Amino acid sequence: MQKITRAELAAELAGGLPAGAVLAQPEQIAPFECDGLAVYRQTPLLVVLPESVDDVRHVLQVCSRHAVPVVTRGAGTGLSGGALPDKDGVLLVMTKFNRILDIDEDNRLARVQPGVRNLAISDAVRPYGLYYAPDPSSQIACSIGGNVAENAGGVHCLKYGLTVHNVREVTVVTIDGEVLTIGSAAYDSPGYDLLALMNGSEGMLGVIVEVLVSLQPIPETTRTLLAAFNNVEAASDAVAAIISEGVTPAGLEMMDNPAIRAAEDFVHAGYPVDAAALLICEMDGLSDDVEAEIRLTEGLLKRAGATDIRTARDDAERALFWAGRKSAFPAVGRMSPDYYCMDGTIPRKHLAAVLKTMETLSEESGLRIANVFHAGDGNLHPLILFDANVPGELEKAEQLGSKILQTCVELGGTVTGEHGVGMEKLTPMCVQFNAGELTQFHDLKAAFDEHGLLNPGKAVPSLHRCAEFGAMHVHDGQLPHPDLPRF
Amino acid sequence: MSDNTQPIRDIVASVLQAAADKQTLTIRGGGTQQFHTGLVHESTALRLDRYTGIISYEPSELVITVRAGTPLRSVESMLASRGQQFAFEPPRFGPNATIGGMVATGLSGPRRSFSLALRDAVLGIKIINGKGEVLSFGGEVIKNVAGYDVSRLFCGSYGTLGVILEVSLRVMPRPPVELTVVRETRTADACQAIQSVRQQVPNLSGLAYDSGRLYCRLAGSEASVAKSVALLGGEVSEQAAGFWRQLKDQELPFFREPGPLWRVSVPPAAPQGNFGARFVYDWGGGLRWIKTDATAEQVRAGTGQLGGSAVLFRSEESRLLDVSASLSAPAIALHRRLKSAFDPMGVFNPGLLFPAGQHHAD
Ligand SMILES: Cc1cc2nc3c(=O)[nH]c(=O)nc-3n(C[C@H](O)[C@H](O)[C@H](O)COP(=O)(O)OP(=O)(O)OC[C@H]3O[C@@H](n4cnc5c(N)ncnc54)[C@H](O)[C@@H]3O)c2cc1C
Repeated sequence: MQKITRAELAAELAGGLPAGAVLAQPEQIAPFECDGLAVYRQTPLLVVLPESVDDVRHVLQVCSRHAVPVVTRGAGTGLSGGALPDKDGVLLVMTKFNRILDIDEDNRLARVQPGVRNLAISDAVRPYGLYYAPDPSSQIACSIGGNVAENAGGVHCLKYGLTVHNVREVTVVTIDGEVLTIGSAAYDSPGYDLLALMNGSEGMLGVIVEVLVSLQPIPETTRTLLAAFNNVEAASDAVAAIISEGVTPAGLEMMDNPAIRAAEDFVHAGYPVDAAALLICEMDGLSDDVEAEIRLTEGLLKRAGATDIRTARDDAERALFWAGRKSAFPAVGRMSPDYYCMDGTIPRKHLAAVLKTMETLSEESGLRIANVFHAGDGNLHPLILFDANVPGELEKAEQLGSKILQTCVELGGTVTGEHGVGMEKLTPMCVQFNAGELTQFHDLKAAFDEHGLLNPGKAVPSLHRCAEFGAMHVHDGQLPHPDLPRF
Repeated sequence: MSDNTQPIRDIVASVLQAAADKQTLTIRGGGTQQFHTGLVHESTALRLDRYTGIISYEPSELVITVRAGTPLRSVESMLASRGQQFAFEPPRFGPNATIGGMVATGLSGPRRSFSLALRDAVLGIKIINGKGEVLSFGGEVIKNVAGYDVSRLFCGSYGTLGVILEVSLRVMPRPPVELTVVRETRTADACQAIQSVRQQVPNLSGLAYDSGRLYCRLAGSEASVAKSVALLGGEVSEQAAGFWRQLKDQELPFFREPGPLWRVSVPPAAPQGNFGARFVYDWGGGLRWIKTDATAEQVRAGTGQLGGSAVLFRSEESRLLDVSASLSAPAIALHRRLKSAFDPMGVFNPGLLFPAGQHHAD
């Protein structure tokens, strides 16, 4: 097939779209060259801003016909390069899909377009005493479509689940331009659980054009505890003790000393800056239940060796406890010209050991690490501090990150808990999955997108890539893919 | 337990043999759901009930990893001995029900609409695909977005995609207090009554209707449960544990009455619908078991109007669960392509869920 030129493609796309939907000028395209992981940048062939489902169908049909890759983008806050443009492809930007279509108070559901911001949903349903539970720290900016595509989590997913647990239905346009409704307003729907596949599909399986989310009643009471520890082991033990005692906190977050200091410098939350670790533990629900849990948890924290336990007296103090945690990323950003945010998850019982390993790795590499993470579900976010202007530091940071992720996999965890694989974690995926498993992923993708036009090269590494990686990293004396040819 | 475990390579060998001979296999756990998974013939059965044992269970991690053939009843009593449970309250349609069958059918019990569904609790899975490859997806951690969510895809796939070998499941602590209030309610008022309790009572763990009675199960601390009991009025039932078990295991008299049984899944606040039907409601109105003289088309169209779907769950005429009438043509095509992606030769459970399509046998 003769390859279509950029101008021809722009004209054919514009033919079926509202005026101004196709952006082709370099200065119009430039803002879209990266997502939240700015170390990867790429200019797409064209940027398209569709306004309706028919617009999306048109774009996909045209691109399908000419075998042009399509990368979908929500708000572009992703941290793994999932929305990184393809240089030969169209970047489909969903920001004009920004309407809340329906609020069903009786069934506690909201029907929204994918470009609606996460927080805008909770804002819209608050008058009904409801809210949307998954709350990524980026919630003022990120889109619900991006949340579904990444299966985003947040501070409160220990109790309320990830995006996959809070989405009832999605409408998807396939690469052929077909419209599929997956799921329904009911609790379940007949057939394969395609809804589970769409959550975390990273733009690889279809374009999400509508989302039906389930809502929670705003809890009667919310109480927050802050506990300081002299060492990270004690704090990790406290986490295990709380969970195994049968308490399910709404959120259970941990910060290590570098993160505590950075946050305190930045927002003056009153954190004890000498503490080795800080836990923020939040309970919500009915007052009676919450009181019982708070009493139990205070006892557990004391027994685990907490040196200082504070319970927020009012909402203002509660907000202050959280302010430090929520601004930890920008706070760390002030400590260093660049930082690199990792996202591994481990079984909780290994928390202390992994934190120790990271200390050693940090010393070896000479790069500092600050830790602020979702301790309750074992989801780590080590922030590796580096300076991209110093030659070799980015590579050093990436290597350190790879070693941390490898440790997570070795301990029975995963290379990504909530940020997705995208472009960034392709190589670590070779550590977590073998050739058969990766092939199964590719076959699954082909069932949706036979020619691999949606977000090509992301989310699942090619066997070729893993074979090359395996040649470099011989692990435990075993090649990850002994059956593959080496290059 | 691991001593009398059947080795995986034997199961793999059966799969490879069937694929080579262009034969099909019917995967069998405890055989308790043959009323809609089809009768299993010994010649084509792939039996999993000797692949048993709990691989790991650490109560403080809230995760259990189990081999597929392990009896559900033994796993549940193990959890209970540590004050924990499956939050999704899986049904058991017979004493031999297995963990593999539980995941493959993907059904959840009364607590589902107030807590997790089975698929929400599945964290990781080990399978054999139609090429005889042993593959692992997910893991033992709650947050994991590495690769597509194959573990959940297998929930409710009725063995059509592959053999489930092992599964890791999230478990939950039992609530400190759980009790049930029963209220006499007329059939005509059932929907309304359910709706008002759903709106009023914040700490439900079950809400069901059967034969003139509304069952409201409450869970939480002593104090919060007592408050809700006062709010609800009605009487605290001593026999309620039996009711919830009979409801999930389909042992209530309603289920034994003759006639085909429909499983209707709708938004919980949906009105009664117009099927001239006898019914039992579960999931606070979201799951409706229906017996009716209406035709299949009428039931499907009626539930469609309510925003949900209906599946013929038990009937004398058909022993093979078929959901294709609820799926659009492109959705069926996608189901077939997905099946081929896992089971290219069409070895596993042909015709279950949707009529077998053509396979690219190569
Ligand atoms: C400061 C900061 C804090 C963060 N905190 C968290 C956190 O706590 N938890 C967390 O989970 N994440 C967090 N993130 C990451 C990010 O916000 C989430 O991954 C979010 O879900 C991305 O949404 P987005 O709209 O920006 O998607 P984008 O970045 O635009 O896209 C992300 C992926 O989704 C795909 N996609 C987007 N829209 C669609 C669609 N409509 N159809 C199909 N595919 C689509 C893209 O192709 C891409 O692969 C954080 C990011 C930042 C910058």
